[in-house]
Amino acid sequence: MREVAIIGIGMTQFGELWEKSFRDLVAEAGIKAISDAGIEGEKIDAMYIGGMSTGRFIGQEHVAPLAVEVAGLQDLHIPAVRVEAACASGGVAMHQAYIAVASGMYDFVVVGGAEKMTDVVGGEATNILASAADREWEAFFGATFPGLYALMAKYHMHKYGTTQEQLAMVAVKNHYNGSMNPKAQFKRKITVEDVLKSPMVAEPLHLLDCSPITDGASAVILAPLDKAKEYTDKIVKIKASALACDTLSLHGRKRFDSLPAAVHAGKKAYEMAEIKPEDVDLAEVHDCFTIAEIIAIEDLGFVEKGKGGKATEEGLTSLNGEIPVNTSGGLKSKGHPVGATGIAQINEIVLQLRGEAEQRQIKDAKIGLAHNVGGSGGTAVVHILEVV
Amino acid sequence: MGVARYWREIPHRYNLIGKKCGVCGKVYFPPRSICPDCRRKSAGKMEDYKLKGSGTVESFSIIHVPPPEFEGKSPYAVALIKMDEGCYLTGQIVDCDLKDIHIGMRVEACFRRIQEDGKRGAIYYGYKFRKAE
Repeated sequence: MREVAIIGIGMTQFGELWEKSFRDLVAEAGIKAISDAGIEGEKIDAMYIGGMSTGRFIGQEHVAPLAVEVAGLQDLHIPAVRVEAACASGGVAMHQAYIAVASGMYDFVVVGGAEKMTDVVGGEATNILASAADREWEAFFGATFPGLYALMAKYHMHKYGTTQEQLAMVAVKNHYNGSMNPKAQFKRKITVEDVLKSPMVAEPLHLLDCSPITDGASAVILAPLDKAKEYTDKIVKIKASALACDTLSLHGRKRFDSLPAAVHAGKKAYEMAEIKPEDVDLAEVHDCFTIAEIIAIEDLGFVEKGKGGKATEEGLTSLNGEIPVNTSGGLKSKGHPVGATGIAQINEIVLQLRGEAEQRQIKDAKIGLAHNVGGSGGTAVVHILEVV
Repeated sequence: MGVARYWREIPHRYNLIGKKCGVCGKVYFPPRSICPDCRRKSAGKMEDYKLKGSGTVESFSIIHVPPPEFEGKSPYAVALIKMDEGCYLTGQIVDCDLKDIHIGMRVEACFRRIQEDGKRGAIYYGYKFRKAE
């Protein structure tokens, strides 16, 4: 296995982008990443693109050749693959691309993620997202996607005494961080009171405990580490890429206070990177709901199981805390264009490790971790990056 | 959606027919083809098994923003229920004040209308749960 580096990053604005199509978003993120790397099109060996449900959001499947076409690479006939793993589509695309470069099969690979979620109206987006859960045995009976995370939240609160205020503090922190991210969908700071007063979606989760519906795309360029030096001075190495799966349904799992797939992916990633959780300088975690971040920081070993709420309250995960989490604003404030999310997390970690995160820069950040989850935990991907 | 997708689940959704592993004896619901503990050894040995229908609320949520199929039904309660046979499933809790639902509450299955396929489509039935006497 060869060592793999990230030599370019790019992402679009995240938000309700009425004037932009899926194609526009893919093209923009791709061009930004290619320009950032300073690489010519002829050098690209392959493309991987994460998209959760293009078929239902824009009525278009088969989006890998579409990405090749918008990138103007059709005459090179490069191989392109679309990857689907619900909200972890981007992270899994990254994992596949990593394997392709590490194996020696390809040298320069574009990994993208995109979702155009606002071309459907009414409750349709919510219904599409529910297909990340078990349609026959969860959604059929009336469980919504926020509802499944609400079941985990209620369970966590009952077992460990986690409070609604502690959940709200995750959203407050992430909106604060997002207020410094020009790419974020919501740049407005909020208070615990705002969260608790927002409409109830699925008890105990309020509207402001939930990530939004977002349009956006993101991309990164991978290269073998030994060739990365030709393109950039600020080389970010992929120290670990780990993927793990579990049951599709929540009720099929062994426990409900944790995402066992995320624990597993985290352990594998730490082993591969030969580091411990305390070596991580910052993390982007999958906060599709506030409870998800609390469970994530426990699953990743930053805090003991059950202590995630308290740790958030005490500021452990804030920008100036011991382990800053979701410096980008996370899914909550930056937005959650499902297929793009995993790659957007990588974008943020690379920005931080290069020292280019401006107002939200974490001082001397050397090692960053990205945690991307599909569905209620059926898929989990963990990447560990290091600046060399 | 074609109706076959629904009628093939009728035994499970109407009568809580799950599976019992012929090797280790563990009971599974929803039904499955392979026991995750015995794996290959259990292939072809998963037998139909009717659950008693009683269980305990492990966690629950009150859904206020429903999906389109449940429009007009909210707020309603969805719970993660541990069946007495040891398996877990997801179902609604009905026939009680939503405020009375709590973790640890004993429940029993009842046969109810779950949703319908639009105004003129098929009506789908299945299990919901109510407080056990």
